[in-house]
Amino acid sequence: MAEPTALAAPETVEETRKSPSAFSRVAKYTVVRLIALILTVIVGVYLTILIANMGGAVDEIRKGQIREGIAMGVSMDPEMKKLPSAERLAIIDEMARLQEKRLGLDRPFILRSFSFLRNALTLDLGFAENLSSDSGSRLVRLIILERLPPTLLLFATSNVFLFFFSVSAALFLSRRYGSFLDRLVIALSPTSAAPAWFYGLFLILFFSAILGLLPFGGMVAAPPPANKLAYALSVLRHMILPSTAMIVSAMFAGVYSWRTFFLIYSSEDYVEMAKAKGLSSGDIERRYVLRPTLPTIVTNFALMVIGLWTGAIILETVFNWPGLGRLFYAAINIYDTPVIVGEAVIYAYLLGITVFLLDFVYVLVDPRVKIGGGERA
Amino acid sequence: MSSFLRSLRQLRRYPSAIGGILVISLLVALAVYAVVTIPYSEAIRLWRGGEEVWGEYPKLALPIWADWFTDQKLARSIVLNTADGSATRAPSESVGNETLTFEFDFPYDTFPSEIVVFFTSRYDAKPPHVALRWLTPDGREIRVTETSAKRADTYRPGQDTKLTRRLSQTAAETGLLMDPDSKEPRVLKGRYQLVMDVHYFEPDSSLDAKLVMHGQVSGIAGTDDRRRDLTVALLWGTPIALAFGLLAAVGTSLTTMIIAAIGVWYGKWVDSLVQRITEVNMILPFLPILIMVGTLYTRSIWAILGMVILLSIFGSSIKTYRAVFLQVKESPYIEAARAYGASDFRIVFSYMLPRVIPMLIPQLVTLIPSYVFLEASLALLGLGDPVLPTWGKLINEAREAGALFHGQYYWMLEPAILLSLTGLGFAMLGFALDRIFNPRLRGL
Repeated sequence: MAEPTALAAPETVEETRKSPSAFSRVAKYTVVRLIALILTVIVGVYLTILIANMGGAVDEIRKGQIREGIAMGVSMDPEMKKLPSAERLAIIDEMARLQEKRLGLDRPFILRSFSFLRNALTLDLGFAENLSSDSGSRLVRLIILERLPPTLLLFATSNVFLFFFSVSAALFLSRRYGSFLDRLVIALSPTSAAPAWFYGLFLILFFSAILGLLPFGGMVAAPPPANKLAYALSVLRHMILPSTAMIVSAMFAGVYSWRTFFLIYSSEDYVEMAKAKGLSSGDIERRYVLRPTLPTIVTNFALMVIGLWTGAIILETVFNWPGLGRLFYAAINIYDTPVIVGEAVIYAYLLGITVFLLDFVYVLVDPRVKIGGGERA
Repeated sequence: MSSFLRSLRQLRRYPSAIGGILVISLLVALAVYAVVTIPYSEAIRLWRGGEEVWGEYPKLALPIWADWFTDQKLARSIVLNTADGSATRAPSESVGNETLTFEFDFPYDTFPSEIVVFFTSRYDAKPPHVALRWLTPDGREIRVTETSAKRADTYRPGQDTKLTRRLSQTAAETGLLMDPDSKEPRVLKGRYQLVMDVHYFEPDSSLDAKLVMHGQVSGIAGTDDRRRDLTVALLWGTPIALAFGLLAAVGTSLTTMIIAAIGVWYGKWVDSLVQRITEVNMILPFLPILIMVGTLYTRSIWAILGMVILLSIFGSSIKTYRAVFLQVKESPYIEAARAYGASDFRIVFSYMLPRVIPMLIPQLVTLIPSYVFLEASLALLGLGDPVLPTWGKLINEAREAGALFHGQYYWMLEPAILLSLTGLGFAMLGFALDRIFNPRLRGL
């Protein structure tokens, strides 16, 4: 499955080489990398546009809908009923043609796809076909903005917690490797083979259906409490099960892989050396284990943060959480291409920008890394 | 090769590997059993079948082992039919009359969920006339109804308001089998009889009748709201899940590996093309595209499988393989091969690829459950295969029917447990393999 990690693989972690001028090297590298990323984003967004429009077939569906709607309206109109059928048909054709022209459906799809691409890339997201925000707006921007807070609330809290918990627990375990806790985490790590929604089902079964303690789903009690504090508490209560599901499903494998990662770095010679010098374990951890692993930690954190953007379609469906994931799913189901493309293009931009910035972050956190430090040997 | 086998033999030292292999063999046995006992087309016919296939099965019945959790003996289904001799027919003294007797023992503690009588009659103009009487173990006789049995007719005592009134406002399922002396509705156990007195108006006329007393438990897996026996779906879900997971995992990792090797070996524009495609592919949102393909094009599980492989080929693992192949390419034995004039094809397939097999195997095994769950995820969004029964579809149907709200936990739990067994089995084996084949992890 397309994990975006490799896109941000630190290709710049290379041995330092003497180069003519640091500035020209950095400038050249930046320009080349930027162009490559922009091209990648353009191609990715264009492909998404093609797929979301079924290569133009959605236009045919839309034309059919327009014709059907007009024919329906004409057949209901008592004035039209008096006209002979040939004339009526001509009127329907003319109205459908005007409507298609208004929506730009008369132009061939291949041309339209490029104007879609231009609008998407300039973040001119336009209007949704069918969806509207709860406040009644058809602007894709507003629809997306409305769904962003619930997604951020649920996924940011759980993922940020999960991330820092995994890293610190892994650091702790890597010091005590072979202990009972360590072996317990290893033994439990296969539980992460099941996705979060799967644990969600069991949690709902146990805490909502059998015990009746927590709500089955949704974000807030219905009707929503008027009092702000009660509202917040109700949202918190609804968050317990989905965030537990997420944390349980990802925790053990997360801790396991970070632990293994830290262990590999703790067996480096310079760590042994530090130990021999008699440094405190806290110092060793901070200066000799965390420091060289920081690029990887930062990469993972950054990708986790942009991963929040897509939410989790299925977890949101299982828990009826009104986030971006469910918006995406709803949009796909009713062929609402502007919303699909809107969400996809923002994701592509976020990914591209993050990947670009990560290169510079590596330099900041790891002195061994130089930007554009030459080809891999 | 021998070192490879030696590595495999190390598996014995890992209890998780043995557990994983046991679970996987169990699942494979289940899959083989399913395919052998129920052929593919038969499975589809059964699962898409309606009343004609599942008429004799109760709705939303618990699995028969539900008995273990209560001290009551839950009602099983009882089917009696004059056509197959499980009910008796006897001619009456007067010509043109017949008596059909349905006699059965009712030893259970709970009432049946539904009682249905099916008539099948032959006549030219005037259908036979039937009078139904119910004889209880304590010797009471309850007049049920009188009706004329048309060609294919159904009579449901539970929906007969006149009968309900006669049974002092209790529905027939309870009223016919209740102990009249107890205040609480309690089953009167013993031998019951349903007697039908038939009168034919035509000499060639005939009548067959079937009495179905739907129980509250059925089969080892229970039934769903469309009376279908869940056993069929649970059994057939196994080969589908295994095939989907295995094909997707093998298809993806093998192709990824080959493409990475080719890219590295030929280098230059081939390599950069592979790299660029991989980067574009990472921008594409994986699950949403699958959902789009599912809603917009086809929901067939095999088409989705193809799409999954296509989208995952240029996944992040291509970069990992690339890094390994870059090292392999420089090793002396490749140089030797080049020196004696081996073809590009030979170098890629005979010398480079075998080197990464140890890396491939654990990854492949751990990938399988993620694809099995992917199929279930898609089914949960209503994008399951339209004809085949799968575990994910069962969970989705249970969710949509509100099984958790209504306490029909078995309906969701059974496929969920099978899914987690699959996930756990492969993950346990994969973890052990990972430690054996990755020397860096071995000591850790």
